[in-house]
Amino acid sequence: MTFVGEAIFYIFSFLSLYVQVFFLVTFLENKDKIVVRKGEIKLGHYPSVTVIVPSFNEENTIYKTVLSLLDLNYPKDKLKILLVDDGSTDGTWNIIKKFDNCPNIKIFQKENGGKYTALNLGLSHLETDFVGCLDADSFVEKESLMRIMSYFERDQDTMAVAPSIIATNSKNIVQKAQKAEYELVSVYIKKMLGFLGAIHITPGPFTIFKRKVFDDLGPYRHAYNTEDMEIACRMQKNHYKIEQCNDAYVYTNTPPTIKKLYKQRVRWIYGFINNTIDYRKIIFRKKYGNFSLFTMPSNIISIFAISYLFARMIYDFGVFLSLKITQFETIGFNFPSKTNFLDPFFINTHSILFISVVLYSLMILSIMLGKRMVEGKWIFSVNIVYFVIISSLTAPFCFLKAIYNTIISRQPNWR
Amino acid sequence: MEKNNKNDWKRYLIVFLLTAGVFLSASYISNYFGNKKIDQLKSIQDNISIDILSSETQFSLLSELSCKNVSDSVLSNELNELGSKLEWGEQNLGMMDTVLYLKKYYSLLEIKDYLLTKKISERCKTKSAFILYFYTTPDNCSECKKEDLVLSYLKDNYPELKVYYFDYSTDLSAVKAMLHIYKIEDTKLPALVLNDDVLTGFHSVSELESQIQKSFKFKALKLKENSQ
Repeated sequence: MTFVGEAIFYIFSFLSLYVQVFFLVTFLENKDKIVVRKGEIKLGHYPSVTVIVPSFNEENTIYKTVLSLLDLNYPKDKLKILLVDDGSTDGTWNIIKKFDNCPNIKIFQKENGGKYTALNLGLSHLETDFVGCLDADSFVEKESLMRIMSYFERDQDTMAVAPSIIATNSKNIVQKAQKAEYELVSVYIKKMLGFLGAIHITPGPFTIFKRKVFDDLGPYRHAYNTEDMEIACRMQKNHYKIEQCNDAYVYTNTPPTIKKLYKQRVRWIYGFINNTIDYRKIIFRKKYGNFSLFTMPSNIISIFAISYLFARMIYDFGVFLSLKITQFETIGFNFPSKTNFLDPFFINTHSILFISVVLYSLMILSIMLGKRMVEGKWIFSVNIVYFVIISSLTAPFCFLKAIYNTIISRQPNWR
Repeated sequence: MEKNNKNDWKRYLIVFLLTAGVFLSASYISNYFGNKKIDQLKSIQDNISIDILSSETQFSLLSELSCKNVSDSVLSNELNELGSKLEWGEQNLGMMDTVLYLKKYYSLLEIKDYLLTKKISERCKTKSAFILYFYTTPDNCSECKKEDLVLSYLKDNYPELKVYYFDYSTDLSAVKAMLHIYKIEDTKLPALVLNDDVLTGFHSVSELESQIQKSFKFKALKLKENSQ
């Protein structure tokens, strides 16, 4: 490895560690503010809320999704539900029709146009001051809306509140890995970003907005099929405050196979890269706060760091393979017994090894903190191990595919 | 807002200092273990040095009497171990000055071992073959890695074969003298000296095997002649 390659590697390691330490320091600064409420709470007043449920071929889950909304501990006359079938080709519409007679539910059917069009149809029928969305594969916990609304009551400046998203029905290793990932990203990191005023995604499952957001900033956009990231970026650009309510739980189904996970992640990362490019003008601008100085640069670092590490891994593997081929050509299948690798002398004690240990320890601590914010206790789950393995194997490929797709789709604009 | 911004800048700075602290600590720990390894290498070299000196003295004392008490096999094994540790250290420890200094010492020990073992072999009439192997960095010698593999294979299969490794670029007068004696040029690496014959360029297992066996036969013949 050349000096330049080594220097880049150290810079990326430093930046990755910087991001992790940043979250930890934020946690230590704000740990007393993290409260996990167990029972019911009461509000001073109960504003009306509309929840839009966009759906496309969700016949297996939408019924349960709507039931979970109807079961919310919130005054029934203050909760409106808009079910939008975005041109499903399965039995979704038949299931939606079953709710036609519910007094607080309105149903809509339209031609398929993508999730953002279904959401915008809902927004065009909005009559309340608060609005949220719930993906038709997710289910809300009974107290979640009440807890989210308490954030709006506490701080009049808050314009949107995101919940803690928890993976449910985690049966196999792929899903268990995602469960740990959700505890890291959707609970811990999101909460820290909330403290920093730097949240960059208001997730489809049950983020509640003030109507003013859409009145002022306009409806959802296509945004590379990641409209939930784009609206958050747009809000940050306009200094609209986004919070995260760690004890409002929303359960979501996760892809059960590597192939489906890969497809989902390529879409997410593609949107993540392209929205970052679209909002590049607000990076490193002091007036946009931590979103501009920390979140966006971290996103960019992660794109380059993962790509670089993957390229380096491929290069190292190529060197190893060429050595083995040379060995085979020279002496066949006879492996030289030159070095006794059981000798502790040969254990690598390079500084990067210790830095990696710190990085992985911080990541494990972050996941455990995420779990603690949800369950209120310290637990080391084997899911963390699955997460490290599955994400190491899949993330680089997802990133590369998303980068490739970005280059292909953006090529004409670059001329 | 103003106060928040100030706090934010403080946070960015504190995090930078903490991260730099972790990096420096990692570097310190790495250095600590690196130094431990260097100490280990020095200790191995001192042991070998004492062993060689002891064997030389023992050989001088006993040369007129018996060959039974002079053992040469242990030394070369230790040298091999030291060689592989130095090679690993060169690639991984990063303390190039110290490692290169140790490598010079290693080359010297190799030459001493070679001379002594050769003497013992001749006087005590043991079955043996010696290869002096001159190599340089992979950037300047594409075939050296392959030759290295061939020699490792041969060493595993012929315990009586002793291979001595010399880095062409070692800045040591004794190594330079050997380069001069055998007229080794850096453009013709890898180079091997087997039974005083200089072989340049890559030589495969089969080519060297025949030469080694020839050397064994030659020694056996000489032994027979001497005994008659």
